[in-house]
Amino acid sequence: MSQDEQRGRDLTQAFYRGLTQPRLSRQNFLRGSGAALMAALAPQIARAEKVTDWKAWWAKQKPTKNFVFANWPLYIDVSSNGKDHPTIDAFTKQTGIKVTYQEVIQDDPSFYAKIAPVLKSGQSTGYDMMVITDGWYLTELLMQNFLVPIWREKVPNFDKYAGPSVKNPSFDPGNKHTMVWQSGLTGIGYNPKLTKREINSIEDLWDPAFAGHVGMFSDVTELGPFGMMKLGINPTTSTPADWEKAAVVLKEQKAKGLVRQYYEQSYINALQNGDTWISMAWSGDIYQANSKGYKDLKFVVPKEGCSIWHDNMCIPVGAKNPLSALAWMNYYYTPKVAGLVEDYVNYICPVPAAKDYILNVIKDPAVANSPLVFPPESELARAHEFYSFKSYAQYQQFLNIFNPIVQS
Amino acid sequence: MRRLRGKLAPYLLSLPSWVYLLVFFLIPLCSMLGMALAVGNPLTGYILSDNFQEFVTAFNNYQDAFLRSFWYGTASTVITLAISYPVAYWIAFYGGRHKSTYLFLVMLPFFVSFVIRVLAWEFILSDQGFLLGPLKAIGLLPRSYHLLSTQWAVIGGLVYNSFAYYVLPLYVVLEKIDRRLVRAANDLYASPATAFMKIILPLSAPGVFAGFLLVFVTNVGDFVNAALLGGPGTYMIGNIIQDSFFESQDYPMAAALSSMLMLMLMIAILLYSKVFGAEAIQEYAA
Repeated sequence: MSQDEQRGRDLTQAFYRGLTQPRLSRQNFLRGSGAALMAALAPQIARAEKVTDWKAWWAKQKPTKNFVFANWPLYIDVSSNGKDHPTIDAFTKQTGIKVTYQEVIQDDPSFYAKIAPVLKSGQSTGYDMMVITDGWYLTELLMQNFLVPIWREKVPNFDKYAGPSVKNPSFDPGNKHTMVWQSGLTGIGYNPKLTKREINSIEDLWDPAFAGHVGMFSDVTELGPFGMMKLGINPTTSTPADWEKAAVVLKEQKAKGLVRQYYEQSYINALQNGDTWISMAWSGDIYQANSKGYKDLKFVVPKEGCSIWHDNMCIPVGAKNPLSALAWMNYYYTPKVAGLVEDYVNYICPVPAAKDYILNVIKDPAVANSPLVFPPESELARAHEFYSFKSYAQYQQFLNIFNPIVQS
Repeated sequence: MRRLRGKLAPYLLSLPSWVYLLVFFLIPLCSMLGMALAVGNPLTGYILSDNFQEFVTAFNNYQDAFLRSFWYGTASTVITLAISYPVAYWIAFYGGRHKSTYLFLVMLPFFVSFVIRVLAWEFILSDQGFLLGPLKAIGLLPRSYHLLSTQWAVIGGLVYNSFAYYVLPLYVVLEKIDRRLVRAANDLYASPATAFMKIILPLSAPGVFAGFLLVFVTNVGDFVNAALLGGPGTYMIGNIIQDSFFESQDYPMAAALSSMLMLMLMIAILLYSKVFGAEAIQEYAA
């Protein structure tokens, strides 16, 4: 086990997982930027033959007894001795497929920087499945045809058990290339003792009574949608004109001195310490904070809506054991397996029926009845996916509109 | 033949360091400069060109961040000097046989990971933390007062993180000062203050000079303190370079910003050495 992985285990979940964008560690930054530079400079050498007929390609694949799964740290169930992953062991027992489970993804940008040069040169990354958050990097993988289309007939459980919030996402219509591993909501976290009232609206982030104690995210793909939702714009279907409008209200919020800081993942410390009274927040982090003893903190899906993000299983081009990956997806999408994983991971489960399994078989009502792990349909209906960028130029346009808010 | 070998010997002996410089300095530097001039995007790849537009854009958009970084860098270095000089002086002159213990204590916090140390300060300085909590409870500070999210929190973080890097070079020069010179000054009726100004300060100038460079250059490019301890309006150039690399994937911009930062630092260092440089110091010490 590398030192990084070890360190990942030691740190808290909130620090590492379920978080969408740039994470902070000088070592990672240096390593990542080096890799990114190499990736950028890598000559466009001969690529392996491009597959066009994926049906024929799948028909040629033979079952194998191996499966290499790249995932984020602390993102699957762990046995009480801390060494084994019961769901993986059961999978091996059931199918005879040996699983190499690697917790190698610390964040999307640096993981992308590691695999992009390999994929560009037409070689195999060595992974059969990886978990990537929806956002620019997933879009980039899709645009370059670096993900193998899923042979849907081999994953019948998805159609049977997947919840409506993970079917047919805007970034991958028809789930052609991805299937959700876990989701999370970006809503509002607050401490009622400090705000002195209940919170239910995005407008509350603009309330002058909380001046200097409002936390916002520095990741503009998260920040932008909050400006849009305040104005009643649906971020998923927004236009550049909407982005400009949203930037105006966000700039106002900053100019009035309401914002304490544009946080990366340390927003949760600020909420816990009482530096911020109200903040943009990830549902999973508030759940973790509650179970660590910060019982005052509350999470709310504002009436205007919230953002939903998905971490997605996908198969990179060049995978050596693609049929094993399909078998794993089909295995995961059952109330039992999803329930076992969920009982440990506590983000949002893609299989609603897992709730009954956790309640009646695992007998853990705290998780099963938590509106943070199994949000009611009424809340999920108000959750908007991020806008899917159509080109790099469009992504740049978005950044040029929102970056000046954070970067000054 | 033998004479030729004799002439070549110094060059051959220094070959490893030349190779080192080439591989770990010159090649990365050139590739960075190349990247700054390239056009393209991460999907289509990049082509080297003679496009200097990136530098113009970088200068126009991020002047404030550059200025702020240099201001934070200068302020934090001066404060670090003011704090670490007395510490190094005390250890060198009054540390006795426990000198190495004291130095070890100065170094001790640095055995903990950099990011964790900054996070610890975030905790200490928080609005209701050990420091501000009690002061607010007894009414010395208003409830809404905060240290975090201000430029002073960032500068303070930089000072804390560079403390040991200034103490060590200062300690080395102070330790080497011949104590008989100080005694001679005393014998000649110099007051302790005069002895310090005329003997100790000039002789320790090389340490002040070296430590300043070490600390200033690292602090100007820092981004961790601003991200964790700062607020809206404390963005440093390091944060912008990080965003350009990771968030925007705008490699030419990131490379242009890095090259500009390097160039500005080089100019600053050249000016600084011209004024306080090796020759000036020697004259001062003599």
